[in-house]
Amino acid sequence: MEQSWKQAKAVFAAALGPPLAWLVVFFVAPMAIVWAYSFGHNAGLTQIAITGTFQNYARAIEPLYLMIFLKSAWVAGLTTVLCLVLGFPVALAITFASDKAKTWLLLLVMLPFWTNLLIRTYALIAVLRTEGYVNMSLEWLWKGGGTLAALAGLKPFEPFQPLELLHNNFAVVLGLVYVHLPFMVLPLYSALDRLDKSLLEASLDLGAGHLRTLFKVVVPLALPGIASGVLITFIPALGAYLTPDLLGGPDSQMIANVIERQFKRANDWPFGAAMSFVLMYLTFIAIAVQGLLAKRTPEGRA
Amino acid sequence: MTKPIITFENVTKRFGKLAAVDDVSLTVNEGEFFALLGPSGCGKTTLLRMLAGFETPTEGRILIDGQDISNVPPNKRPVNMVFQSYAVFPHMNVADNVAYGLVVDKVGKAERDRRVEEALELVQLGGYGGRKPDQLSGGQRQRVALARALVKRPRVLLLDEPLSALDAKLREQMRTELCTLQEKVGITFIMVTHDQDEALALATRCAVMNKGVLRQVASPNDLYEFPNSRFVADFIGQVNLFEGVLAVDEPSHAVIRSPDLPVDIFLDHGVTGARGGAVWAAIRPEKIELHKIEGEAAPNLGDAPTGTNAIQGVIKHEAYLGGSSTYEVEVLTPNGGGRRIKVQRSNLTRWDQEDFKLGETVWLCWHACSPAVLLS
Repeated sequence: MEQSWKQAKAVFAAALGPPLAWLVVFFVAPMAIVWAYSFGHNAGLTQIAITGTFQNYARAIEPLYLMIFLKSAWVAGLTTVLCLVLGFPVALAITFASDKAKTWLLLLVMLPFWTNLLIRTYALIAVLRTEGYVNMSLEWLWKGGGTLAALAGLKPFEPFQPLELLHNNFAVVLGLVYVHLPFMVLPLYSALDRLDKSLLEASLDLGAGHLRTLFKVVVPLALPGIASGVLITFIPALGAYLTPDLLGGPDSQMIANVIERQFKRANDWPFGAAMSFVLMYLTFIAIAVQGLLAKRTPEGRA
Repeated sequence: MTKPIITFENVTKRFGKLAAVDDVSLTVNEGEFFALLGPSGCGKTTLLRMLAGFETPTEGRILIDGQDISNVPPNKRPVNMVFQSYAVFPHMNVADNVAYGLVVDKVGKAERDRRVEEALELVQLGGYGGRKPDQLSGGQRQRVALARALVKRPRVLLLDEPLSALDAKLREQMRTELCTLQEKVGITFIMVTHDQDEALALATRCAVMNKGVLRQVASPNDLYEFPNSRFVADFIGQVNLFEGVLAVDEPSHAVIRSPDLPVDIFLDHGVTGARGGAVWAAIRPEKIELHKIEGEAAPNLGDAPTGTNAIQGVIKHEAYLGGSSTYEVEVLTPNGGGRRIKVQRSNLTRWDQEDFKLGETVWLCWHACSPAVLLS
């Protein structure tokens, strides 16, 4: 197969044709239509007049919507940071596990992928709601403590007040971290696993403790993996729709929920389209930043 | 001079059921260049890693300067290691690599800079401090690893297969440099290698290991000339081994009779410790002389009775190596079979080797002091 595509144009075209056609019909064309909509306005219940107006974009960056964009970025950012903080030790532990344990641990990380997101989110609701498993456990402990206190002759406890764990920002971030943790762990693991273990031994050998080794050797060399983990977590978290919709309260809607409302209840497709593209441009910026960072640390890639 | 610096006391290391290191007791003295030699999987690297602290002995103790360090973590041991892969930190420049251990030790900036430059000069990398590791050749990276370890002034420097990743020419050069370096810094070096040439050329003393067991600890000269077993004789250099029995064993001489040879092997010394049963005579290829004397007279070298230590054979294989040539000469065994004997001969003149061609009949002979007698 030394041939270049130039020598076998027919084969090349036959191989490339179907997927290319698929992408054009089902990806590029709809995107182009939505993009065109974003420069139009409603001209009736189902009619959209494309007038080349920038009015939708102007509206998208009005303070009301800008705040939601910022809030989405903040929630996605917080989710990413939490995923990094939680995922790094996990990835590190998998890297140093025995080969047999490694397979199982990786399987455990990936297992949630095989369950429908909706089901997982409802399961989370069952855990977090007022009569959920967390509150049930807490109540049990509380009552047990109260009984013990009564036995010890102390004042009995107040009646148990269930914690408000659902339909707030806490629930949204928790849900997003839960859903996106594997996205962080896997690239981190692949970066750490490629790391020459003798570098860590060399650091210890030269007198460094484990913490110094972690921050002076492991983290700098895992930077490309960290960057791709951050990106691959941040982008879907930024556009998260189901999690804030089901777990969030009235004040925790994210940008995807607002866009969804424009397309459905508000029936303002042009404005929804404009906001979709603003979101996409933000994503492009995030990718560009990651690309720049990756270029600045080329030696870690080997 | 012979102050012990490292002592292994009955050290055993098991991985699961397998004993990678089996009851090893060994002392390394101050100022030695010590080599741990053996085939891959013999436990030499495990021994070195236990010394560095990356493995803990299952049984036994390891002492440095009389102190038990078996449970001291690697970052608290007065030893430093040059890794087989060099393990130079790719994200730091050369100077930062070398300074790493000094920063850990909280050495002041001025002194640190001075010692880093000193260490780089020592390994002939003066002025390379600002380079990144990916701008260096393999040999230069190894020098960085050496400087990084030596700058800490360890009691013992550990080298894991230091020359294995270098090409032949560079290896030769690095050998000499390692020797010079060790003399200059006066630090005890312990090296792990599977390459017997490397061990013989560098070390003042070698330990030969096989399957986790220490087989012989001796100077390179003694290992080669006075091996204590067939394994050591065979592992170090080339050897012809003849199994036989002691037909005569007097204090002044002995005779080994082997079913592999049509003649007896005469020795100019008695054999101590033989308890009957099989013995082996080991004769190095370069200790067998090759002669082209025509006629029936055996060219015995004069220190053995007629009819011993000389055989006729036919050259079945030759390899011209430049400085010397090696031959395989087939001799007839008493039971009618053929036995090939390896012979090495220096090419003393420019047309020397032309006398010994494939298929020619030649005489082999050796001195009565040349065979080493092995009892195991």
